[in-house]
Amino acid sequence: MRNIVTQRNGIHRFFLQLGNKWAIIFLILGAMLFSIISPGFLSFNGIQVILFNSPYILLFGLAETFVIITGGGGIDLSVGFVMGFASVVSAKLIALFVSMGMNDLSSIITGIVITLVIGIIPGFVNGILIGRLKVPPFIATFSMLGITHGISELLIKGVVAKNLPALAGKIGNGSLIYIVPGKTVSFFIKPLIQRGGQLIEILPIVFVIPFIFILIFAFILKRTKFGQHTYAIGGNVDAAIRAGIDVKNHLIKIYMLSSFFATIAGILYMLRYITGKADAGVGFLLDGIAAVVIGGASLYGGIGSVWKTIIGCFIILVLENGLRMLGFPTFYKYIVVGIVLIFAVLVDQLFPELIHEEV
Amino acid sequence: MEYLLEVKNLTKRFGGLVAVNNVSMGVKEGEVVGLLGDNGAGKSTLIKMVSGVFQPDEGKIFFMGKEVMINSPMKAISIGIETLYQDLALAENLNAYSNIFLGREKLKKVLKFVNVLDNDYMLKESKEVLERLKIEIPSLKNRIRVLSGGQRQAVAIARSIYWNAKLLIMDEPTAALGVSEQKKVLDLVKLLRSQGIGIIIISHQLYDVFSVADRLVIMRRGEKVGERNIKETNPDEVVSLIVGAEKVVQ
Repeated sequence: MRNIVTQRNGIHRFFLQLGNKWAIIFLILGAMLFSIISPGFLSFNGIQVILFNSPYILLFGLAETFVIITGGGGIDLSVGFVMGFASVVSAKLIALFVSMGMNDLSSIITGIVITLVIGIIPGFVNGILIGRLKVPPFIATFSMLGITHGISELLIKGVVAKNLPALAGKIGNGSLIYIVPGKTVSFFIKPLIQRGGQLIEILPIVFVIPFIFILIFAFILKRTKFGQHTYAIGGNVDAAIRAGIDVKNHLIKIYMLSSFFATIAGILYMLRYITGKADAGVGFLLDGIAAVVIGGASLYGGIGSVWKTIIGCFIILVLENGLRMLGFPTFYKYIVVGIVLIFAVLVDQLFPELIHEEV
Repeated sequence: MEYLLEVKNLTKRFGGLVAVNNVSMGVKEGEVVGLLGDNGAGKSTLIKMVSGVFQPDEGKIFFMGKEVMINSPMKAISIGIETLYQDLALAENLNAYSNIFLGREKLKKVLKFVNVLDNDYMLKESKEVLERLKIEIPSLKNRIRVLSGGQRQAVAIARSIYWNAKLLIMDEPTAALGVSEQKKVLDLVKLLRSQGIGIIIISHQLYDVFSVADRLVIMRRGEKVGERNIKETNPDEVVSLIVGAEKVVQ
């Protein structure tokens, strides 16, 4: 019988609490360390860089949180190339609409809406394969990775999708709030400033949009029936079935959701870099999965939360930016993230009592 | 007194194998019936026909005086037949009250259009049903994972009782428990009986069955080989019925 006896008194409890929160402590220590050895890390610009780099890992982390919580080996390996696929499809569509004579703004909006619909198809297929046909998630989503990659390359014939209106780049590189010190504050619209004038940009749009989804889906996972059933399926799929939960359809929805977030990531990439690239999301899959696990989710399912994943995301973003500011090329980040991921899994396996007692 | 559940001439075949052959039995309200037999005697197949997992090839099932077709586990639950499986079917990552309400969550509206879980209501109702069953659990907010085997069993029982089970089928309820926890579960069975619930217990532990059951039904190789009132029999006789050492004709 797995009966974990936890001593609730004194120092043991203190360390349990500490262990429970190791991710956030790690984040704070990391941020402090980098700001000491690399001045400017926690400066306004330093934070701005982190926020501009954040949308893909945040959205992948959100997607994998739902998928990994459903357990049964649940994982979505296709998000990276679904993101690339979405960037290509949206770029192609917008360029097409513009060439047909539509104005820039309506081309962009129509292109994005159609991409969102097309972008959930890979997730729907994944869900059918995994939920209905009992294909292991690893195989189904790995195959989908190849399929979306191939289709994207076909669409752009091996190069990148370009010829997007300049307005797309303005949205993708824009911010929510602009402040001209001593003069004006404006929202969304970048004020004209004189040469050499100072302009403060707060909250990049590419961060604000994922953050809105994080707020909504953190609430859905924690407070609604949909979230509760997601946890139940991950905790004990037989119990979920016997309790009358429609597990097959639930899994289809979960994988569609995952593709939906990957599609948003692709659209944000297209807006920020004004291109569609088949391999746009290639480096972010490891980051997304690592963020979920660093945030304390169990790869066996049933445990995890959106906010803890977000902490995991920021640990990786802080590491990435800190290493970059110290002059290390990006590939050092992959090594560090890989090691941190293994470390996080080991902590969970060696200290099972770190899992919160209460929910 | 009329039977709460009565099965008549139930037969179930799997290909050439006759798993249950022409078995009839019944349970009254507030009565505990022990279903005994060696491995492969057909006990599980028999109760799975009552709980909707299998459909009988022949025979009829009567519940509360009416003939019923139990063609799915959900159908069984909806008419008041709850089955407690050996593995308890609890989500260990969720807390006690979430498990009691799993699949039938109580919702409330916030901002007039968003449905969220009404945790306060579920916690209060769960407390009440556990009090009614005299079950003590340190905190209903604790994950099932940190509860003992007996406490898990109690949560599973509370779940079936909360949803107004009239008949409770328990498959090896004490198999995975320590001695003191076995006693608690057996006390709980007695309490449920006093509240008018009909109970079928499948168990290998003769001692347990003798301490709570009113009546015993013994099966061997798919057939009912005996039925005894607990006061008119003894473990030796039951064992010989189970293994078939002597043919006892009633």
